[in-house]
Amino acid sequence: MDLAFSKEEIAFREEVRAFFRDNVPPETRRKMVEGRHLSKDEMIAWWRILNKKGWGVSHWPKEYGGTGWTSVQHYIFNEELQMHPAPAPLAFGVSMVGPVIYTFGNEKQKQQYLPRIANVDDWWCQGFSEPGSGSDLASLKTKAERKGDKYIINGQKTWTTLAQHADMIFCLCRTDTTAKKQMGISFIVFSMKSKGVTVRPIETIDGGHEVNEVFFDDVEVPVENLIGEENKGWDYAKFLLGNERTGIARVGVSKERLRRIKDLASKVEQNGKPVIEDQGFREKLAACEIELKALELTQLRVVADEGKHGKGKPNPASSVLKIKGSEIQQTTTELLMEVIGPFAAPYDVHGDDGSNETMDWTAQIAPSYFNNRKVSIYGGSNEIQRNIITKAVLGL
Amino acid sequence: MDFDLSEEQRLLKESIDGLLTDSYDFDARKKYQKEKGGWSKAVWGKLAEQGLLGLPFAEADGGFGAGAVETMIVMEALGRALVLEPYLATVVIGGGFLRHGGSAEQKAAHIPGIIDGSKTFAFAQLEKNSRYDLGDVATSAKKKGAGWVIDGEKFVVLNGENADTLIVTVRTKGGRRDRSGIGVFIVPANAKGVTRKGYPTQDGLHAADITFTGVEVGADAVIGDPENGLPLIERVVDEARTAMCAEAVGAMDESLKATVEYLKTRKQFGVPIGSFQTLQHRAADMFVALEQARSMSMFATMAADFDSAKERATAVAAAKVQIGKSGKFIGQQSIQLHGGIGMTQEAKIGHYFKRLTMIENTFGDTDYHLRRVTDAGGLV
Repeated sequence: MDLAFSKEEIAFREEVRAFFRDNVPPETRRKMVEGRHLSKDEMIAWWRILNKKGWGVSHWPKEYGGTGWTSVQHYIFNEELQMHPAPAPLAFGVSMVGPVIYTFGNEKQKQQYLPRIANVDDWWCQGFSEPGSGSDLASLKTKAERKGDKYIINGQKTWTTLAQHADMIFCLCRTDTTAKKQMGISFIVFSMKSKGVTVRPIETIDGGHEVNEVFFDDVEVPVENLIGEENKGWDYAKFLLGNERTGIARVGVSKERLRRIKDLASKVEQNGKPVIEDQGFREKLAACEIELKALELTQLRVVADEGKHGKGKPNPASSVLKIKGSEIQQTTTELLMEVIGPFAAPYDVHGDDGSNETMDWTAQIAPSYFNNRKVSIYGGSNEIQRNIITKAVLGL
Repeated sequence: MDFDLSEEQRLLKESIDGLLTDSYDFDARKKYQKEKGGWSKAVWGKLAEQGLLGLPFAEADGGFGAGAVETMIVMEALGRALVLEPYLATVVIGGGFLRHGGSAEQKAAHIPGIIDGSKTFAFAQLEKNSRYDLGDVATSAKKKGAGWVIDGEKFVVLNGENADTLIVTVRTKGGRRDRSGIGVFIVPANAKGVTRKGYPTQDGLHAADITFTGVEVGADAVIGDPENGLPLIERVVDEARTAMCAEAVGAMDESLKATVEYLKTRKQFGVPIGSFQTLQHRAADMFVALEQARSMSMFATMAADFDSAKERATAVAAAKVQIGKSGKFIGQQSIQLHGGIGMTQEAKIGHYFKRLTMIENTFGDTDYHLRRVTDAGGLV
């Protein structure tokens, strides 16, 4: 048992850190630090820099462009990325559909999609949730009817993140309405430019536009766009959801935000002295740091376990990572709110890409606080994570 | 970075787990509790036989030269079984003072007795007004000839009633709360002028309030520098805190297991109560609290190798905060989910709660250690 990173791992961290320092566009970093939205072009530009370096799809198998890093190296990469901070690779392509395609897709699909995912030539979005199918995802109703060499798709998806930028969607569709609900679902990919696809924005409580409703009205999709076997889509969806495990704790994000809290709290005054000198506030901050340290260690335990014993079965501790990780992220946004106090009120009517900044970054604190309520809801709500622990760990 | 046990550590774990499975179920514990002194000499003998009492001592002193991880393994096992025997007081604390501060003569005089199980120790530190401040010492030691005379009162000294040897913190110079002028003395429990008033503690252990009235000891009673003993005290107490964190993790783990088992077997409304989501989610939250505590217990254990004393101390304080919180939550919810039966002395579950509660209030509670982490400037 040893907490220390090896010499090689420390050197790797230095390499990664130096690369981010020298290559993340300063304007991109500034917007990230200030909690602002990035434009589509800014995100893509950064991801292509990353891909050119060979780090765009780092966890993929080497034959598809991955790095062959150890679990610990992936952990270090993610943490440095989050702490810099720089935008994480687009999860919908890189972490979600990519692994499904290289694991279950045919040769032609691999060649067609994987390089374009890596270089973000296609922006992917995820067609899972529906108005009536949230936590009970398998109850989904969007239908794909086979007609000759086409599927005709009808239905509606919702909470589709950044669908306004998307070129492609991977979609869970019902292909057999007579089977038990998990059994009749297929995993189909298609162009968002297809006739019959309509994207409608959903404005979230922070005033931002991240999520959308997506409507399908007789959308024609070639049958070759089916990934894997028909009616096996639920298995692929479970594979996909279980794939992203250790990044979910977002320890680096919370570390970075704690830095920001301390920075701001040493500038904002209360009772004639900086908030950071207030004993009550400092104790709250320390309590959050302790929780975060415990989470970091829990994450490292999962990482080390994966490194040693392979990724086979999802480690149930990943549900702990999701629950605690989201709670801590929310606590950090609350602490920022606490520091800024009455100056949280001004509302910056900015564009989606943050291009018309009219106010100081502190105007982003309240929206970020409001927006972060999502982290305990998405990716399997924390209540669903408790269900997973109940069944998979406790056997209840 | 590695969280796995080595082959030797795995064998150690098997050996202590095996010993306790064989000789320390809850009924056996009740019997041991009724023995003279409140714990079992026979079990203590077995621990000695398996070499567990000699683990942390250097090979040159007759021990096995084991480290913090080995102590963690043992303490976690002791926590699982709610062991009453004075391992913490004797091996971790008594042994810790000898290992880190003892002279060659002191080691030779005392370590063999610990290792063979013939002698136990107690740490007389707490005073009426010192609470968790290790540097708040009023008990005095005054020079007399080549030796010293000790006067003062110590409270809630774990194993104080039974110990053969006391490690006593004393003030040799300066005011009550000065950080310098504190010494650590070895005092035979049967020395003239030592009066012990023993009693059981809430969690079934035994402690004593001890009065020192003109107790005369020789110059060889002093461990280390008689005027600068606080760093040694802090170091050993940090090791004790770390050990207690592991003990608490063992107790929490068993507490959760017992609770989950109860949820599976107890039926109401015609179904196991574990089928109710409210109770399932409570148990899931207990699992989260346990894993966070386990992580911090490991953190504190591995911090023993940190170069910086300040970082080491902060890591231990942070662990104690997490263990305090997790222990309180798991302890309380274990009782709640057991319902009425959890309120009875007869059921084991309440005894975990009581031990976890006492651990929180030993060597600094959650608030105390949160303040330490805060004053150190945090962790990130």
